Amino acid sequence: MAAHLSYGRVNLNVLREAVRRELREFLDKCAGSKAIVWDEYLTGPFGLIAQYSLLKEHEVEKMFTLKGSRLPAADVKNIIFFVRPRLELMDIIAENVLSEDRRGPTRDFHILFVPRRSLLCEQRLKDLGVLGSFIHREEYSLDLIPFDGDLLSMESECAFKECYLEGDQTSLYHAAKGLMTLQALYGTIPQIFGKGECARQVANMMIRMKREFTGSQNSIFPVFDNLLLLDRNVDLLTPLATQLTYEGLIDEIYGIQNSYVKLPPEKFAPKKQGDGAKDLPTEAKKLQLNSAEELYAEIRDKNFNAVGSVLSKKAKIISAAFEERHNAKTVGEIKQFVSQLPHMQAARGSLANHTSIAELIKDVTTSEDFFDKLTVEQEFMSGIDTDKVNNYIEDCIAQKHSLIKVLRLVCLQSVCNSGLKQKVLDYYKREILQTYGYEHILTLHNLEKAGLLKPQTGGRNNYPTIRKTLRLWMDDVNEQNPTDISYVYSGYAPLSVRLAQLLSRPGWRSIEEVLRILPGPHFEERQPLPTGLQKKRQPGENRVTLVFFLGGVTFAEIAALRFLSQLEDGGCSEET
Amino acid sequence: MNRTKGDEEEYWNSSKFKAFTFDDEDDELSQLKESKRAVNSLRDFVDDDDDDDLERVSWTGEPVGSRTRPGSFQSLSDALSDTPAKSYAPELGRPKGEYRDYSNDWSPSDTVRRLRKGKVCSLERFRSLQDKLQLLEEAVSMHDGNVITAVLIFLKRTLSKEILFRELEVRQIALRHLIHFLKEIGDQKLLLDLFRFLDRTEELALSHYREHLNIQDPDKRKEFLKTCIGLPFSAEDSAHIQDHYTLLERQIIIEANDRHLESAGQTEIFRKHPRKASILNMPLVTTLFYSCFYHYTEAEGTFSSPINLKKTFKIPDKQYVLTALAARAKLRAWNDVDALFTTKNWLGYTKKRAPIGFHRVVEILHKNNAPVQILQEYVNLVEDVDTKLNLATKFKCHDVVIDTYRDLKDRQQLLAYRSKVDKGSAEEEKIDALLSSSQIRWKN
Repeated sequence: MAAHLSYGRVNLNVLREAVRRELREFLDKCAGSKAIVWDEYLTGPFGLIAQYSLLKEHEVEKMFTLKGSRLPAADVKNIIFFVRPRLELMDIIAENVLSEDRRGPTRDFHILFVPRRSLLCEQRLKDLGVLGSFIHREEYSLDLIPFDGDLLSMESECAFKECYLEGDQTSLYHAAKGLMTLQALYGTIPQIFGKGECARQVANMMIRMKREFTGSQNSIFPVFDNLLLLDRNVDLLTPLATQLTYEGLIDEIYGIQNSYVKLPPEKFAPKKQGDGAKDLPTEAKKLQLNSAEELYAEIRDKNFNAVGSVLSKKAKIISAAFEERHNAKTVGEIKQFVSQLPHMQAARGSLANHTSIAELIKDVTTSEDFFDKLTVEQEFMSGIDTDKVNNYIEDCIAQKHSLIKVLRLVCLQSVCNSGLKQKVLDYYKREILQTYGYEHILTLHNLEKAGLLKPQTGGRNNYPTIRKTLRLWMDDVNEQNPTDISYVYSGYAPLSVRLAQLLSRPGWRSIEEVLRILPGPHFEERQPLPTGLQKKRQPGENRVTLVFFLGGVTFAEIAALRFLSQLEDGGCSEET
Repeated sequence: MNRTKGDEEEYWNSSKFKAFTFDDEDDELSQLKESKRAVNSLRDFVDDDDDDDLERVSWTGEPVGSRTRPGSFQSLSDALSDTPAKSYAPELGRPKGEYRDYSNDWSPSDTVRRLRKGKVCSLERFRSLQDKLQLLEEAVSMHDGNVITAVLIFLKRTLSKEILFRELEVRQIALRHLIHFLKEIGDQKLLLDLFRFLDRTEELALSHYREHLNIQDPDKRKEFLKTCIGLPFSAEDSAHIQDHYTLLERQIIIEANDRHLESAGQTEIFRKHPRKASILNMPLVTTLFYSCFYHYTEAEGTFSSPINLKKTFKIPDKQYVLTALAARAKLRAWNDVDALFTTKNWLGYTKKRAPIGFHRVVEILHKNNAPVQILQEYVNLVEDVDTKLNLATKFKCHDVVIDTYRDLKDRQQLLAYRSKVDKGSAEEEKIDALLSSSQIRWKN
């Protein structure tokens, strides 16, 4: 059991167990010793569901990464491919199957598509002449993966592109299916709110799926009161800005994948006494980041500027705790001290790690360039000079800074201006193409299609209205003891979270005009519950809302939602 | 395996591919299979359409006599079972899941539902356009990608291109799905036809242009880019595409020439600074840098001269100066740097000017480890006093700092700065001299 999943208002271990059970069942179907050939991309998400120990229990003796040519030798009865439904992977699998050494003992092949099987993939296998070689061909609908006590993710890397660039509804279908699974385990969600085209589609799919489910009524007492579906493109601004929470900055600088981060090893090398320095570790230091770690849970969502004081306070407490050993006189007291040692040592290790990480982050945040970049971002977000070519951006292009950095800034300007003036846009485009290559005509076209970088139509800038009505820019932000969600970006309140906040109190009727400016329909649906299950709220008990971002979410937004739920003392779960 | 587009095409358009069959473990019709089979095989002999519908399946489940394309793998079992004797005994020993269902009973919505559950379903009976469209509508309302794909594959095979396009034009979801599907299987030709039909001219142009990324050979890529010129891009993009072609054309010439020069070993610049990479497919600014580095003094007439590049691609002064500066600074050619900023006015006096702020010049010089005297000269040219002081302090251009504080008449700062210079140095003396001078009216 993953302890950290049980801490929230909703016990996500239930989901995790259900998902693990399905995996176990499939493994048992392929009776006998087995080896798993992994699509590398899946190892991360699977790691959150099952460790190797579970696989071993079901006779998994070896694990390989999916690669071309021949499979490594392994004395197992079954070979199981765990793959995403991608055509190029099918080619590799076919190669593996066809180059199987027939002189050796025969091995049975199976394939598990995650999260769905695909017609095209199976057709490809058939074309390559290997489809019949597989005995069990199944899908494992790993739709929603629990990341933490209040966080689930589909880890669908292409979702944004598919939904907003190509109009392909596959990931929406998965989202709906995932939500149906959740409802099967946690009860029907009585109210669904949404904003955006995709949100509308998902809600429609859910309603239709419910109608078609001919099974008996869901008798589980509902855990969630509300579901809020939000299209990512309702708020394109937030993901473009640099996150300023502790976890957000770790993600910005080093990238967090499946709750793991890889850090430069030098800072984490253990201090060795004596001369003859041991070899410094060359492999990156990998750390897991979730709420199971007490200290991390405390600082992850804080604005980075407030982290230092927490760490130094912690250092004092831990020091004092270790000093207690001098006060332990009796056997009983000594025994007690010793029993607490492991916990104290873990706390000290945790503190050491996060102090190192904070130092690494500080190196970046105190640099001149970071300051300049942040200044420009905040100018844009507060509506200053969004209609002309920006000098800092020009300099970045001239110095050939990373293209992503440049694009984020240019798109941020565009979003804060409801599109750029044609002349400004053309100017940026030309500089970018000349500096980074003409093939980026395609990149820029995609950005325009997604609404991130486009010309201003209708000559009207709607952003100031949105900004003022929703109070997106707060001048008097308190980073140490925040009173408003704008602390996560040191002044800018994430639009998406503001919408969630206003939905709960006083409701969306108060912002009808702004909602109409934002893209996509907004709606409300009710799902009837059998009479015995209707929830009566106890006084003081707050509603549990599931917020579902269709197309990705930032750590800063998650932090903001957690902050909201503490304010109102209502539980929130977030998903991407 | 090399799956060329042509092969792909051929296969999709002419093979005996049918509606795809998923494994079916508990087909409740299996009890009726005997009688159904008998009835259905009769039906097939009667049908005019698509003779040879039946797919022959070998003992191992592999299709017998399946089309082998050049270069494709062939499983051993295929080869073994590829004998005429076996080809007419398909049903016996066939895996349960491969049974074809030729029943007439399934309506479009039932069919779609069965497809979604992964059950065997032949779509052949949907003959009329009406039926096919209804099937498509049902599939779309189900939202299941696999089902929609299965139906689209069927329609693609059984409808003419024009009818298919015409019908999908008014069905947005199915249309998007088809586009996604064509991209996934790489059917570029049909995709472009579709865009042409829909009059999505810009997308057509971009989709065609995108293909250049798959062409590695520079000459072939250049020829391909030529075909992109004149496509219906936006006006701005058209100019960029033209530039892309022209640039690659030039790069090919420069690359060939320089490689020759380098191997001949006679040219100093190439000997001293051997090239680390080819210039092919590099962005314009990188090419300009390269040109300023290796071909700076060449006259306008050659393809590799910086001036030529500037004129051909209309590179603005700002960009040009920055790039040339970076290149010459890297080579420590301070005279060239000087010349970049020196202009003669009408009286014949020289003056230093820059289309970029001098603070940028200083930064680039510093990055290239320019000697302090050079740095100092340019720091002095920075107009904004604060910036000037900032940079001078940062880069230890003591004289500039001293002179500036003197001009500002700021005694406190000058005194503070004294501790930053070396003891007994000329700068210290200078500061002392100034501090004790009675001619300066210090403000503090």
